[in-house]
Amino acid sequence: MISSGTNTGACITAITSGKGGVGKTFVSANLAAALARQGERVLVLDADLGLANLDVVLNLYPKLTLHDVFTGQTKLEDAILPAPGGFSVLLAGSGMIEYSRLTPTVRDQLQEVMQHVRPRFDRVLLDTGAGISDVVLYTVSLADEVLIVATPEPTSLTDAYATIKVLATTQPRRLIRLLVNQVQRPGEGRAIRKQLQLVVDRFVNSGLDQPVMIELLGEVPFDTSVRESVIKRELLFVRAPGAPASVGIAAAATKHIAG
Amino acid sequence: MDPRESAPSHPRPQGAAEDARPQRTLRLDVALQLLEQSGHGLPPGTPGSDAWLQALVDALVDLSSRDALTGLANRRSFELALSREIDRVARSGEPALLLVLDIDHFKRVNDTHGHAAGDLVIRAVGRALAETVRPMDLVARVGGEEFAIVLPNCPAAFGPQVAERIRMRVARQPVEIAAGEHVNVTVSVGGAFAPQWVRTTARLWMDRTDLQLYRAKSEGRNRCCLEPTAVPLVSAEEKGLLFASSTFQDLT
Repeated sequence: MISSGTNTGACITAITSGKGGVGKTFVSANLAAALARQGERVLVLDADLGLANLDVVLNLYPKLTLHDVFTGQTKLEDAILPAPGGFSVLLAGSGMIEYSRLTPTVRDQLQEVMQHVRPRFDRVLLDTGAGISDVVLYTVSLADEVLIVATPEPTSLTDAYATIKVLATTQPRRLIRLLVNQVQRPGEGRAIRKQLQLVVDRFVNSGLDQPVMIELLGEVPFDTSVRESVIKRELLFVRAPGAPASVGIAAAATKHIAG
Repeated sequence: MDPRESAPSHPRPQGAAEDARPQRTLRLDVALQLLEQSGHGLPPGTPGSDAWLQALVDALVDLSSRDALTGLANRRSFELALSREIDRVARSGEPALLLVLDIDHFKRVNDTHGHAAGDLVIRAVGRALAETVRPMDLVARVGGEEFAIVLPNCPAAFGPQVAERIRMRVARQPVEIAAGEHVNVTVSVGGAFAPQWVRTTARLWMDRTDLQLYRAKSEGRNRCCLEPTAVPLVSAEEKGLLFASSTFQDLT
């Protein structure tokens, strides 16, 4: 784990969800674009080593990927590429399935990547894989902050809660940020945060010395233009900065920078 | 395990097999010597034949997976067993428990009674552990006075009982370190279940278990500490509260 004592560069945020299909990669890419719009040097790292799809969202199919870095075929700086939203990306690439298990090698290589990128950016977003695998848990442990993306669906909330529970009992982290995607009504994100906190207080915090706090980073409204942008493989934040979902992302970015 | 027992019945095949191909191209002297000395005996069959070589390799594999002092699995084969168990848990979701045990105040035994007595204590504890668990469980000596036990298919509710039974077995059985001289030893036990359906790593699982052993030691030794919340599953009660109707009404 990178200690905060050596933290002279970027703030690293792990973005995770428990359940897949809640828009984690959409949030990672558009949040990066919104942060870049505010003048931050941002890198999105595709840390979904088993089933990466950041390349699909960004419509980028580079020759050099994290896989080439891990296998020693290229230098890390050569695999960091500019993305359409004014930020940088490091894509996982195909063939990463063999890295989807946390071996000492994967552990060391991920840590090396973090050490390399930290001094070169202001913000690093780690788009982790879905689920609560040990690679996801380890990737989260390398980050300074963790952001859980959930939707108001019961299955997503259950998985978000399970993720919070595992993080609370296996990592010293006590602040967990939440972004609720696809909300139907304003204020739904706030209500969900409150309910999650209630369950965490009763079933998780009761067994901990220091309670885990969930903070709402933002809510992104359900917006049909999201689907259009995904199909067209364009970043919503670039294509339609005034769309309700873009506005929600922008507000989350502002809050993210404020800390 | 006494090397003298088996040595005479298996004469070394040197002279007779001098012309056999593997003897010419493979240097097996040290391997054979090692087997003989360890009490394994020499492989049966015609020296140099495939069957003989297979038996030789098997014997070497067995030798390299056992701890010399206790005859239990050594650290190497323990780690192999642990990774296998992780694969199984990830696929089957069956609960599996890992225990680590450390003899309390072992240094005192060594300092007071000498290293030979210390060795006897380690052997006796190892034997007690092996006798207390099920045949499917793997008992290993993983360090000086440290042991580990992998218990496949061990339901979470039984974990504390199993650990406690092992601890009590060691505490109740004095070890004879010299004719008529006995010492009482105890063990501290730490335990953690593998996360079900999730592929963990041997290192993470060991780390979590070690943490519990550390807790058992710091809480006064001669006790068992199991990781409190082992399973990251969401109970019906938790779901009930999570989906309480207020979630979607409280929009003030």
